[in-house]
Amino acid sequence: MVIISKETRVIVQGMTGHQGTFHSGEMIKFGTKVVAGVSPGKAGTKVNGVDVYNNVVDTLPLKPDASMISVPAPFVKDAALEAMENGIKLIYILTEHVPVHDTMELYHEARRKGVFMIGPNSPGITVPGQAKIGIMPNNIFRVGDVAIASRSGTLTYEIVKAVTDAGFGESTVIGLGGDPIIGTTFSDIIRIFNDDPQTKQIVLVGEIGGNEEEKAAKYIKDYVKKPVTGYITGISAPPGKKMGHAGAIIEKGTGTAESKIKAFKDAGIKVASYPDDIPDLLRK
Amino acid sequence: MNLYEYMGKEIFRKYGIPVPDGYVIENVGELKAFEYPVAIKSQILSGKRGKAGGIKFAKNEADLKTYSDQLLNSTINNLTVKKLLIERMLNIKKELYLSITLDRAAKKPVIILSADGGMEIESVPEENIHKIYIDPMVGYSDYIAREALSYLPVDNKKQFSSLLQSLYNAFVGEDALLTEINPLVIDGENNIIAGDSKVVIDDNALYRHKDYMITDPDKTDLENEAASKSFTFIEMDGDIGVIANGAGLTMATMDALTLHKLKPRNFLDLGGTDNIEIVEDAFSYVMRARPKLIFVNIFGGVTKADTVANGIVSSKKKFDIKQQIVVRLSGVHEEEGQKILLDSGIKAFNNMTDAVKELSKIQGVE
Repeated sequence: MVIISKETRVIVQGMTGHQGTFHSGEMIKFGTKVVAGVSPGKAGTKVNGVDVYNNVVDTLPLKPDASMISVPAPFVKDAALEAMENGIKLIYILTEHVPVHDTMELYHEARRKGVFMIGPNSPGITVPGQAKIGIMPNNIFRVGDVAIASRSGTLTYEIVKAVTDAGFGESTVIGLGGDPIIGTTFSDIIRIFNDDPQTKQIVLVGEIGGNEEEKAAKYIKDYVKKPVTGYITGISAPPGKKMGHAGAIIEKGTGTAESKIKAFKDAGIKVASYPDDIPDLLRK
Repeated sequence: MNLYEYMGKEIFRKYGIPVPDGYVIENVGELKAFEYPVAIKSQILSGKRGKAGGIKFAKNEADLKTYSDQLLNSTINNLTVKKLLIERMLNIKKELYLSITLDRAAKKPVIILSADGGMEIESVPEENIHKIYIDPMVGYSDYIAREALSYLPVDNKKQFSSLLQSLYNAFVGEDALLTEINPLVIDGENNIIAGDSKVVIDDNALYRHKDYMITDPDKTDLENEAASKSFTFIEMDGDIGVIANGAGLTMATMDALTLHKLKPRNFLDLGGTDNIEIVEDAFSYVMRARPKLIFVNIFGGVTKADTVANGIVSSKKKFDIKQQIVVRLSGVHEEEGQKILLDSGIKAFNNMTDAVKELSKIQGVE
């Protein structure tokens, strides 16, 4: 189990919105301790039985550890800064289409303050049997020892379900986010998975764009003894086109699927050609 | 969003970066008296414009008219020239390279400098390229210009320092992913002037910069139209129309087709929806791309499998779809969805591999 547990006290910034309401309800059903919601101007109301406050500072008596940010893209930077300034050490940003300059500033501010930031444009993190912060479907998990990190949403659920259906379970599943700059990258998460005693196997689901898969592969080659399975999407992607995720783009010949698959293979990672192949590779 | 040279230069002017005097025309009737010689520059989003004949020089009014006539509506590097930038010609003494870009690996803005300007930066030897990273939460400081000047043969140090700071302000203020000046010209009087501009604005920040909300020239008409409905739709040169949900799953779908020697006609991410009309909208774009065959690949979550099934059935009627539709439905409400499809004669698969095999069989490329 890594990053979050049953004891993690979560606030939801933007809880009164459509997404915030639905997903905070699902998180509570999963067993997550949602202690408060924050929506400016909505203090005194309740969502899913949880009190809503105007400001993050008002929730501090409830000792929050983590904030889920589900506000429209133009307000994400402000909401995240508010959480960080109030001492919250885990920030998860669900929102898609956040301007990259905003994310870049949040990234450096989070590092400076020792804040663990997930996303933006991420489905969140789930530790089966413990807690979920985010929007992954509740019913696809089983407690187990496979840790999964991915840059996608739906594709991750599909892979988690296939892994669970094949008789495995998951220690932690994290969606890192589909943007060009994200708070937690493959090279960060691989260290955490490697050090986690509950995790026996690791699955990395990467895609075109950037060089984080290559950096993680280098770390795996040097330090990781646990078996790692990888899958990379985007072999058919034309260069220069954003394939649905702002970060999934081949730029000036860098960030290609070929480069990532080669880095994975060079590091001894078992590489799946199709998502359906992943459970078989876990058995090998 | 890639901006045209003239738009980039408008931004430069706004931030106090010197650019040559000039104006933009869309037809020769708009030509005006100007100091000769002038440069006539085709406004297309393509490198190597000059080599492809997209830039001409005129010494007098007659030449200006002839060349403008030649260039307007001509095709250069496969792009139609719709606008020309007419500019006072610079008296070039030296050409440098200067840009600020977002370094994705470092997650920081980086200033890139070279004394070798006027050519593609990719063809400049690495040892002649210098980089200075900036912490975005700290921002610009004067030492950056002093360091930059140590790499460049510039006499007018004061003007360069102010120009570099302005370029950084433009980069941040306009939510740019790239602000490039190549060449950065030093003229006969030691003035420093932006000879060209290449500016890329973050699409996700366009709501803060409504002036640049132009029709994206890098996209096809159909792609632009789909984008206005919030679909990521990308046209490709194959024949299998694709609808899937989630960017990752859509890419995985196209990859699976490609690995089976099948060719996708498009990328279309349905996104998270529980609305039949959105499924119909998705079909409308795919149908306009005239695929030979259609593959719908859904893993239900927020997007419910039965909603998509209903959307497939209604689209088939609405758009009179004659092409075969191969469907894979899994996840939330998959049984209900599969039954809906079966009732209208479509057998849905519940895993992707089987569905792709079926497509191979239909296409005869097993």
